[in-house]
Amino acid sequence: MAKRDSTPTDLELKRTEEPSELLRELVAHLRQNRTQLREEWVVRISETRLLTAMTKEEIFAEATSVYDSYVEALETEAFEALQAYARNLSERIIPRGVETHEVVGIVLLLRDVLARSLFAKYQNDFKKLNRILDAYEPAANRIANTVAVGFVQERERVIRQQQEAIRELSTPVLQVRERLLILPIIGVIDPQRARQLTEQLLRGIRTNRAKVVVIDITGVAAMDVTVANHLVQTVEASRLLGATVIVTGLSPEIAQTLVTIGVDLGKMNTVGDLQGGIEQAERLLGYKVASIAEER
Amino acid sequence: MEVPILKQGAFLIATFQAALSDADLNQLRMGLVQQVVKFRSRAVIVDVTAMDVMDSFASRTLREIAHMIRLRGAETVIVGIQPEVAFAMVQLGLTLEGVATALDLEEGLAYLNEKFKITNRG
Repeated sequence: MAKRDSTPTDLELKRTEEPSELLRELVAHLRQNRTQLREEWVVRISETRLLTAMTKEEIFAEATSVYDSYVEALETEAFEALQAYARNLSERIIPRGVETHEVVGIVLLLRDVLARSLFAKYQNDFKKLNRILDAYEPAANRIANTVAVGFVQERERVIRQQQEAIRELSTPVLQVRERLLILPIIGVIDPQRARQLTEQLLRGIRTNRAKVVVIDITGVAAMDVTVANHLVQTVEASRLLGATVIVTGLSPEIAQTLVTIGVDLGKMNTVGDLQGGIEQAERLLGYKVASIAEER
Repeated sequence: MEVPILKQGAFLIATFQAALSDADLNQLRMGLVQQVVKFRSRAVIVDVTAMDVMDSFASRTLREIAHMIRLRGAETVIVGIQPEVAFAMVQLGLTLEGVATALDLEEGLAYLNEKFKITNRG
């Protein structure tokens, strides 16, 4: 026999209390009020001055798809799909200059807008509101987390890609004579760049059948011990491929580092500057450079 | 696994296969020196193009081969070390110090011809 007041019986409580039931009710409410809640959210977004890089129309379009994905994630709990969506969204908006705090900000705003609407709907039934929030909060937090992580992952992917491109660009291996390669290194070398340089050089030695390589480090201000060791290894590895390495342009600081780590200078061929290095390389290869006037 | 050793004039050419066991390497060490004695070779070219890894045992064996052959008055040149292998070797500190190296068989022969041409002139 059902009681006539608003408090449900224990049996009714158990049935309507299932988290999945509550979620379904919640999702239905969010779908029913989609237009209004989405509008409210967009207003909040411009109030807090987020997504300033985008036009109103763009914000509305993205807001629609984010809202629908949000509600769908609440319903299906398919967070992998949400993560894929977040990465896809990031791929589109990162080039527009949208920042991490903006993306996290708008997702949290949506969470708040939807929570407020739940407070409004269940304001007369505090117990039920609590149960609804029990179902809503963990899911909403997980969504915010998933979107933020997806966004950051996409940013990191772009950064890695750019770093790779910069590394490839900044150190060409140049053939200046038959069997003679020059590797002009400029800027800061970290261990990863040093490793990449070595691999590029060794491939270049094999491709160009180089017998002499001049590595010029005039443009490198300083080198830590790890990188100095990488340089020594590069010289040794080049020798294994039958190439002699001449290092030119050592600054006083780098010379000091090499002496400090006890590099066997007998193993390393060094010359003051690039010009001297090329001249020595030419001698090693049996070239002689004479002016045309001299030849007559 | 037998390592083929070919005679090319005054030189011997030993071509390493991809996967040589420690036993194969030991056998080769004796075999090569015996061949140098038998043919009175002036140099040995060891072609390791097919090796995609070089561990410390293989590296040490190559150095020992070079030393033993030098005791017979002959030269050793290691050719065909791949870029990735060279990189891995130096990271492990295996530098084949004291052993001549060249990019490939062609370069190895050019190096030896150059070297013996100079000696002959003297």
